[in-house]
Amino acid sequence: MNASPLEPIRPGGMTRRQFIKSVIAAGAVTSAGLLFTGPAGAGHKTSPGAVERLITLTVNGQQRRVDVLPQETLAQTLRGKLGLTGLKVGCDRAECGACTVLVDNEPLYACSTLTHSVRGKNILTVEGLARADGGLHPLQQGVLDEQGFQCGYCAPGFLMATLGYLTANPNPTRQELAHGVSGNLCRCQDYDKILTALMRGAEYMRRG
Amino acid sequence: MAIIRDGMQPFDLYQPTSVEDALTLADRLGADAWMLAGGLDSLERFKDRLKRPKAVIDLGRVEELRGVRREGEDLVIGSMTTLTEVNRDPEIRARFGLLAEAAGEVASPQIRNQGTLGGNISQDTRCWYYRGGWQCYRAGGGTCYAGESTQGQNREHALFGVEGCAAVSPSDTAPALIALEARLVIKSAKGAREVAVEDYFVGPDTDITRMNVLGTGEVLTEIRLPATWAGVTFYFEKVRDRPVWDFPLVNIAAAMQLSGDRIDRARFVLGAVAARPWRLPQVEAAVAGRARNAAVDAAARLAADGAVPLPQNGYKVALVRNLVKRAILGKTTS
Ligand SMILES: Cc1cc2nc3c(=O)[nH]c(=O)nc-3n(C[C@H](O)[C@H](O)[C@H](O)COP(=O)(O)OP(=O)(O)OC[C@H]3O[C@@H](n4cnc5c(N)ncnc54)[C@H](O)[C@@H]3O)c2cc1C
Ligand code: SF4
Ligand code: FES
Ligand code: FES
Repeated sequence: MNASPLEPIRPGGMTRRQFIKSVIAAGAVTSAGLLFTGPAGAGHKTSPGAVERLITLTVNGQQRRVDVLPQETLAQTLRGKLGLTGLKVGCDRAECGACTVLVDNEPLYACSTLTHSVRGKNILTVEGLARADGGLHPLQQGVLDEQGFQCGYCAPGFLMATLGYLTANPNPTRQELAHGVSGNLCRCQDYDKILTALMRGAEYMRRG
Repeated sequence: MAIIRDGMQPFDLYQPTSVEDALTLADRLGADAWMLAGGLDSLERFKDRLKRPKAVIDLGRVEELRGVRREGEDLVIGSMTTLTEVNRDPEIRARFGLLAEAAGEVASPQIRNQGTLGGNISQDTRCWYYRGGWQCYRAGGGTCYAGESTQGQNREHALFGVEGCAAVSPSDTAPALIALEARLVIKSAKGAREVAVEDYFVGPDTDITRMNVLGTGEVLTEIRLPATWAGVTFYFEKVRDRPVWDFPLVNIAAAMQLSGDRIDRARFVLGAVAARPWRLPQVEAAVAGRARNAAVDAAARLAADGAVPLPQNGYKVALVRNLVKRAILGKTTS
């Protein structure tokens, strides 16, 4: 499934084989000149099978097949194509943290990450926190018990940032956790209660 | 100029897995290609339509560009090593704590997890006229909105070396690397060159449209730290409006070799006061061979030599003097 490193992933990037397959699948015949040549100016030969827009992402433990544009952000893919609308887009400029997800356990801003760059990595969104039986994750339980958020828009980002931080430091002081989640803004300015709730969640996690 | 929020313009994306492939691609694509590291500077410009590359070469899968290793006395840091990795690396912390500290003061945790050391020193300036798409000198236009207009908003702008453009170098790690006398390895399909990190940065007197010497088809591969300043006394401080996210208003990185209380030799470098990180050779000369307490007043007087404040950034002169004092005395409160 991996593209050859010397070949691009093109905006219109289907290979001839994929295109034919998709036409057959759709049972339709269309004029397809544009799809074969790609965008103006691109102009290299496409070697068979090399160019792949259709990729597999590992999201919340599941393999998801998805058609991803070269210029697509992870926030666009997760929200727009995989229906994972838990993460929010507040600024789209790496300045608020609402889009925070874990990529191989590290908190990243999904709005400022190209989806193709996380191919092959483990992506965890807030939807992946709850247990299979629907029971809440201890961090979520902490938030619920302490009523940590007001409108909650920033909550998915805070939860993911906290989870990532706790992997490295499971027993933080309040001050340390504040620093750990300093890449997340809350428009309701509810930081004190958020920290109390996240500290409670961290405590629940330690108890297991 | 308006912020367009419907996503980026299309480009061809390449994901090489070796430096060699990246260089082949860079050579083949020439000026059409944009190197992508962590993307935190780049994607914003693509979203705002200020840069519209036809092709993007994502260096994220080139494993050999990541990580820290020892080579003789040198510590070699791959350009794609993230700022979090630089901040946590045991060897960097032990011998070059100045760099670890500077990397830890950048932006926010998420940005440090993704932003790279190579990208951090190669990022473009943050002057908002320029970033907002105004056709100023740096963008190839005919004026400087920050410095030449009576309405110019220049609180964050430069004190030194303003020749046409008053934008500043925004990097927190660059002053630290200059204090440590780091060297950079730059490769292209034609070969490799090594430059002192101090010579990497370009001021408006040399070229008003660029911030560094990277040319078309070139990839920054390594940051090399020689043993010259390993384990000496360091000082880093960053002054900013908010403790997270904000770029420095002024930062200082200092390395001092001490014999007891006497300064044998020292390097002082300021960030965010000029288009390049700004070294203070006159201060370095004035403190050499003197006791810290005895050196401090002369150093502070000399520190802002040559500063030409703009209407709104005069406060930076006082900051520069005080930061130099604190760097010499080694304390964060006076
Ligand atoms: C909201 C926000 C706040 C920030 N605050 C700070 C701060 O306080 N202090 C600070 O120092 N920085 C700050 N930054 C910058 C950030 O730390 C990133 O390090 C920086 O933007 C670029 O790193 P990157 O790896 O994401 O590079 P990219 O955005 O991918 O690249 C930046 C530039 O360098 C070039 N480049 C990168 N790597 C190479 C290479 N190996 N070879 C050739 N060219 C290369 C790219 O072509 C591009 O022109 C902030 C950024 C944001 C978005
Ligand atoms: S300071 Fe430089 S970047 Fe900013 S408006 Fe003036 S010329 Fe442009
Ligand atoms: S939406 Fe990503 S940081 Fe704000
Ligand atoms: S609770 Fe409303 S934004 Fe944080």
